[in-house]
Amino acid sequence: MSRSSNPYQDDRGNKDRSITKEGGGEIDATRQSGPTSAASGGPFLAAENMTGGYGAADILHDCTLTVEKGEIAVIVGPNGAGKSTAMKAVFGMLNLRGGHVKLDGEDISALTPQDRVGKGMGFVPQVNNVFPSMSVEENLEMGAFIRRDDFGKTMEQVYDLFPILKEKRRQPAGELSGGQRQQVAVGRALMTQPKLLMLDEPTAGVSPIVMDELFDRIIEVARTGISILMVEQNARQALEIADKGYVLVQGANKYTDTGEALLADPEVRRTFLGG
Amino acid sequence: MDLLNALVTLLNFVVIPAASYGAQLALGALGVTLIYGILRFSNFAHGDTMAFGTAMVILFTWWLQGMGVHLGPLPTALLALPFGIAVTAALVLFTDRAVYRFYRRQKAAPVILVIVSMGVMFIMNGVTRFIIGVEEIRFEDGERFVITAGEFKKMTGLAEGLAFRSTQAITIVTAIIVVAALFWFLNRTRTGKSMRAFSDNEDLALLSGINPERVVAVTWIIAAGLATIAGTLYGLDKAFKAFNYFQLLLPIFASAIVGGLGSPLGAIAGGFLVAFSEVGFTYAWKKVATYVLPDSLAPDSLLQLMSTDYKFAVSFAILIIVLLFKPTGLFQGKSV
Repeated sequence: MSRSSNPYQDDRGNKDRSITKEGGGEIDATRQSGPTSAASGGPFLAAENMTGGYGAADILHDCTLTVEKGEIAVIVGPNGAGKSTAMKAVFGMLNLRGGHVKLDGEDISALTPQDRVGKGMGFVPQVNNVFPSMSVEENLEMGAFIRRDDFGKTMEQVYDLFPILKEKRRQPAGELSGGQRQQVAVGRALMTQPKLLMLDEPTAGVSPIVMDELFDRIIEVARTGISILMVEQNARQALEIADKGYVLVQGANKYTDTGEALLADPEVRRTFLGG
Repeated sequence: MDLLNALVTLLNFVVIPAASYGAQLALGALGVTLIYGILRFSNFAHGDTMAFGTAMVILFTWWLQGMGVHLGPLPTALLALPFGIAVTAALVLFTDRAVYRFYRRQKAAPVILVIVSMGVMFIMNGVTRFIIGVEEIRFEDGERFVITAGEFKKMTGLAEGLAFRSTQAITIVTAIIVVAALFWFLNRTRTGKSMRAFSDNEDLALLSGINPERVVAVTWIIAAGLATIAGTLYGLDKAFKAFNYFQLLLPIFASAIVGGLGSPLGAIAGGFLVAFSEVGFTYAWKKVATYVLPDSLAPDSLLQLMSTDYKFAVSFAILIIVLLFKPTGLFQGKSV
């Protein structure tokens, strides 16, 4: 939508792929961060009253997400409810017209996504979340790019968490199966030793068995004290492992409760979990 | 003996010239492929970057010669190369600042960058001619031959001579060193890996803390270095003429696309493939054939498939064949 409004981005009619390469970035790398301010108290991550969207129309309406330390929070909801958009808003990939994002006692609403990574946020996009031509090990190395200290220990921890990656560490990530690739993506995000890990549909397109395994790993990650905010299509399974669940509808909070309580709520079951 | 003579003729007129021309094309194509892989557009200004770089090297060569500095048997231009690279890198970085960055910030469609690079090409073309003129310039000095045809004949007693010019030797040796250094850089160093990561996935690279502006700057510097080296080697081997470098753009792009745009290994293979076909198609094979074939079959004609005036047609033909039958190139670059 916003693509066509800028004439420089108009690629209409260009069918020639011999002189240009697809897949440029979406994030504006030239934007500078604004200042942060201390905001003590409240939950570990508090993204409150977020309102905004990509263009003129708002997608999020007064949406609030909070996560405590070591907690797993899951965002579920119907298609087009703004789940991924809410996640992007938390990560600073969306211009918010209202609301703020606070992490660990600091208001980071004005920071760019890359600076939020420096503040301890890790983000795993839904698609394009690995460097396909680079080996698994290089993917992890790139994840640790901002670290100047020795990240060997973190890499060992990632390999302990996902043993298959150690086996395949010399293989290009693009040649791995969907589930393995998701493991690389999560592993890459863990390399910065984030305080908050955000996962956008980590189980999209993987088999049920792999999905269960991924969820198990995510619980393990949370046990090490990392907070997790996750968007999931597989609402029932995700709510089973969630400490906190958010049901979004049309960009606004509809139900908020513990995962258990949401699963037990007949209204939620009927409308979102298929009975 | 006849077979040996045929072999020597082949080496003298086809293999050695094509190998050094191929090395020059490969270095040029590497620059094109790097820009394509990382900045996502085909840089039409690359040929003129080569011309500008070579012009700078020539100026520094004259300056060094004026001060009485010589490299003995090697051309003084080799000593001037680092200076030339520095000035060229400064120019492309300035161009990036003044021109390309605006479009990058706009997230402009890559095809717009291609056209922008064409504008840059015309300006660089003009600047180069303005600085150094349009005439042909020869700037090689030092020892001209590693081995001359006469010496070779005396040494071996063969009827055919084998001349190995020092510029050809320098071209091949330099190309090997540069390519090895480039691959080491891309595969082993932190900065090199970050460039590959950026090429793979810009957003993820950004989110991993890789500074895109820095990646872009390093890419331009390396491309300027490759262009200057390739241009200088070509100029030493043949002669410098600004217009020739503009024309070189075609075989260079053919090389990069044949090998698979975005694949450094492909650029090298493509360079040699294009060079060998160009020389092979335009060489008059009569002499070789006369040696190899029995007398009764000796050819009357020159056995030249194509006049050298048409050598660019070879690049065109290869380009079209590859795009028709293997659009991703031999080395499976990013699917073209």
